Amino acid sequence: MYINFESDKPIFLQITEGLEDAILAGAFPEETQIPSITELSVSFKINPATALKGINILVDDGIVYKKRGVGMFVATGALDQLARKRKEQFYDSYVSGLVVEAKRLGLTETEIKSMIERGFIK
Amino acid sequence: MKCIEVKNVNKSYGSVCALDNICLRFEENKIYGLLGRNGAGKTTLLNIITGRIFADDGEVLIDGVPALENDESLHKLYLASEKTLYPENMRIRDAFQWTKQFYPEFDAEYAKKIASQFELNTGKKVKSLSTGFTSIFKLIIALSVNTPYILFDEPVLGLDANNRDLFYKLLIEKYSESPCTVIISTHLIEEVSSVIEDIVIIKNGSIIKNESREELLAKGYTVSGTAQNIDAYIAGKNVIGVESLGGLKTAYILGDGNLDTPDDIEITKLDLQKLFIQLTNS
Repeated sequence: MYINFESDKPIFLQITEGLEDAILAGAFPEETQIPSITELSVSFKINPATALKGINILVDDGIVYKKRGVGMFVATGALDQLARKRKEQFYDSYVSGLVVEAKRLGLTETEIKSMIERGFIK
Repeated sequence: MKCIEVKNVNKSYGSVCALDNICLRFEENKIYGLLGRNGAGKTTLLNIITGRIFADDGEVLIDGVPALENDESLHKLYLASEKTLYPENMRIRDAFQWTKQFYPEFDAEYAKKIASQFELNTGKKVKSLSTGFTSIFKLIIALSVNTPYILFDEPVLGLDANNRDLFYKLLIEKYSESPCTVIISTHLIEEVSSVIEDIVIIKNGSIIKNESREELLAKGYTVSGTAQNIDAYIAGKNVIGVESLGGLKTAYILGDGNLDTPDDIEITKLDLQKLFIQLTNS
């Protein structure tokens, strides 16, 4: 996990997405503990309120849940839920930008499709 | 009402006005960044809050009680200042013991532990420490003193990158385990930017900004493009600075940046350091 302090993206969102990526990558399997607010804020040198804000998004989405006095755990079904969320964001995150750039360069739809096919064969 | 309240404080040195009618409130359990250029009045303000010098008029309240000449109030504060006020022949470990006499909550065990993390030899005398280790010595005391309000004046002066990193980590660890109010006065803005929650910017003795880091940063943005496009875009906007490079222009703007930005203009966020420079340029 890495925080880019130069990025346009707020730090709390980078915490949320960084943890989502880590969960999707299997670094924190379901029903295992994720790092605490203190651990996150100390290791990235960020204000604990920022780390809390990032974690709270995951709590609100039901990706992680709090066990009183123990810490935060990845919920059962979190992987499916995250994959679903990322699929919904796929068009906005990748496709729309790709089409804008293709048009700017004069690439046709057929050319783009063949590039995508090439990507899958690789 | 747990807070430090600065009310209408004025301070002049001869004909020079160091602080001009300062009104401020430092709320409980937040980390504040007190930012300003050299000579802006940061140290004067911290010294007045902690009763080391006196304001010409106005007052400082700690938890609602006037702090002036009030031992009980002043015991709630600790200021790690640039000046070293410990006797120069005192050994570090003795300084720890003496601090405990004045601040009963001082954790000498913790001080010893982090001294070894910083590789500070506690058998040394105060006067024999290098610039960096003198800063470290004062930081160790501030991190161990356990007062509700901890004030740092230029805490990382002379510290190498490793020790600055260690300081910020220890500070955050301390703060998240037992929250307290922290005020960090510094001009090393980039380093402290992610650590602080609220920002106070002081310019020529006056407060020009006092809000959360997130809100302040959300307000500023940068646009760049051809001079012609930028000039057209920035007309009527709150421009705080402009830089030109040949036919290219960059403008720093306060306001909501996501409205009606043309495609031929590149828009990026403003980081705290850039925002600070633009706001405090004379």
